[in-house]
Amino acid sequence: MEVELKEMLDELESLKGSLPDPPNASIDKLQLHIKRLTDLAKSAPVRRSKLKDMSAEVVDSNPYSRLMALQRMGIVENYERIREYSVAIVGIGGVGSVAAEMLTRCGIGRLLLYDYDKVELANMNRLFFRPEQVGMTKTDAAVQTLQDINPDVVLESYTLNITTVQGFETFMSSLRNKTFRLEKEGSGVDLVLSCVDNYEARMVVNQACNELNQTWMESGVSEDAVSGHIQLLIPGETACFACAPPLVVASGVDERTLKREGVCAASLPTTMGVVAGLLVQNTLKFLLKFGHVSPYLGYNSLKDYFPTMEMRPNPQCSNGACLERQKEYLLAKPARDAAKAKMEAETLSAAEGPLHADNEWNISVVDNSEIDVKAAASSDTLPVGLTRELPSADEYPKLPATGPADMSVDDLEELKKQLEALNAD
Amino acid sequence: MEGWDPNTKSTLTQIPLLTVKAGPRDGGAWTQRLKEEYKAMIAYTQMNKSNDNDWFRISAANPEGTRWTGKCWYVHNLLKYEFDLQFDIPVTYPATAPEIELPQLDGKTQKMYRGGKICLTVHFKPLWAKNCPRFGIAHALCLGLAPWLAAEVPILVDSGMIKHKDDAASSTET
Ligand SMILES: [Zn+2]
Repeated sequence: MEVELKEMLDELESLKGSLPDPPNASIDKLQLHIKRLTDLAKSAPVRRSKLKDMSAEVVDSNPYSRLMALQRMGIVENYERIREYSVAIVGIGGVGSVAAEMLTRCGIGRLLLYDYDKVELANMNRLFFRPEQVGMTKTDAAVQTLQDINPDVVLESYTLNITTVQGFETFMSSLRNKTFRLEKEGSGVDLVLSCVDNYEARMVVNQACNELNQTWMESGVSEDAVSGHIQLLIPGETACFACAPPLVVASGVDERTLKREGVCAASLPTTMGVVAGLLVQNTLKFLLKFGHVSPYLGYNSLKDYFPTMEMRPNPQCSNGACLERQKEYLLAKPARDAAKAKMEAETLSAAEGPLHADNEWNISVVDNSEIDVKAAASSDTLPVGLTRELPSADEYPKLPATGPADMSVDDLEELKKQLEALNAD
Repeated sequence: MEGWDPNTKSTLTQIPLLTVKAGPRDGGAWTQRLKEEYKAMIAYTQMNKSNDNDWFRISAANPEGTRWTGKCWYVHNLLKYEFDLQFDIPVTYPATAPEIELPQLDGKTQKMYRGGKICLTVHFKPLWAKNCPRFGIAHALCLGLAPWLAAEVPILVDSGMIKHKDDAASSTET
């Protein structure tokens, strides 16, 4: 296109020269238009090609130079490992889509995206999706944008509802699939990020991750859009999502004064962007092994308050798979201790000689992280600013197995017929 | 049961409670649960009929009993407004309640999530969580859908978002 425009400009120039004086103003005008078109053509989208390696070279054409600088500065030991990792993002809404973009720009190896919804104009108060994508499925629209931003990332799009029996099966098998990195232990993904907006879907992610022994992170923004949280869940090691009623940040707004009439939920791009940022920061720290990975981090935007806490699993958890993981975790304790002792010995011998005699940072070598494994009850005492979203299930006496009503019928087909008969009149 | 009208309360207490804690992935235990669901729904439907407050029809849309479809209706100003009703039993049921959908009203009211899922009151989920696994589909309809219809249908009609089927038929003919 640029070549064509250049030729046109040249022809006009020679036409101008061949014409008798005075100079023709309309030709000047045409030349100006063509110059503007040429500029527009130059700024048209260009797709970069895939890169085989992450280069640390600092040139303006290298998309990874500033990320690889983390390694040069000693923040991250091996940044390029990010290309080996797979992250599944469940829910491509205000938080999930932004998290997906951040991970894409960081050069994550593979992203699996799950959502059943379509892009709507009502989503435009949030980041990421564009008006021209209205009507597309969120997963497809996300793939479209992310592929352009970074073609090195392997993207998989799953348009399904994970809470249904069928959707759940596809969800599970996609997480198990190891074709991206055959030698990987456990499931086919390194981390699952839950970016859904409701309790039901979170419980489903929890179920899948407990069954697969899959580490995951939970994120959420309150329905009044002014607070949020992220949470790390390691099956067997930390509380699962069903171990205790969900923990949320108290916005400080009195529930009774909160006007809910006529609306379901509010949302702000700011709160969602902050929560997505906290979530992906924690993800990067977890995957690339730097800094402290937060077990729970809350965000109260009205007070700019960030409560944190840790939660142990509940030995009476109602989730069967959680109990199995807890058992496995306890059984593996000797092996864990041995590995830890070996690592400590290695670091000590590598340091050569007596070090840290003055213990400048007051580092304690006594490990108290596994002392009170049964201290789940302590989760009743919450840090200031955190609250339980739902009550626990009541204890109730186990009724005899005769069934709830005094109807003697216990045949499913017969019961179906009874309901159909009632439905018929 | 703070926050519920006395009518809903008294109806709820008459629906038989369930005992089996099982979801659609639990094989034989789910069949047992399904029997209890039917018993509770039969009792609730009978109760509605005898109280002259019949307001829904529902039946399983697949042999596993994991998807349900039917109709519900609400009478406003002596006119009956009827809607399709559908929901799936989630894999984490009964820890989480089914999300009831009225697809015909999708996009017509703020009190609805995408896909036509009704937006429940702040009182529903806590009560459901407290009563797991004793509440079933019948309880979800009584506590979730019935109050929603009572609150939203008058608003939808008065604001002109929905029309009675007789009016709608004549207006589409022209
Ligand atoms: Zn648990």
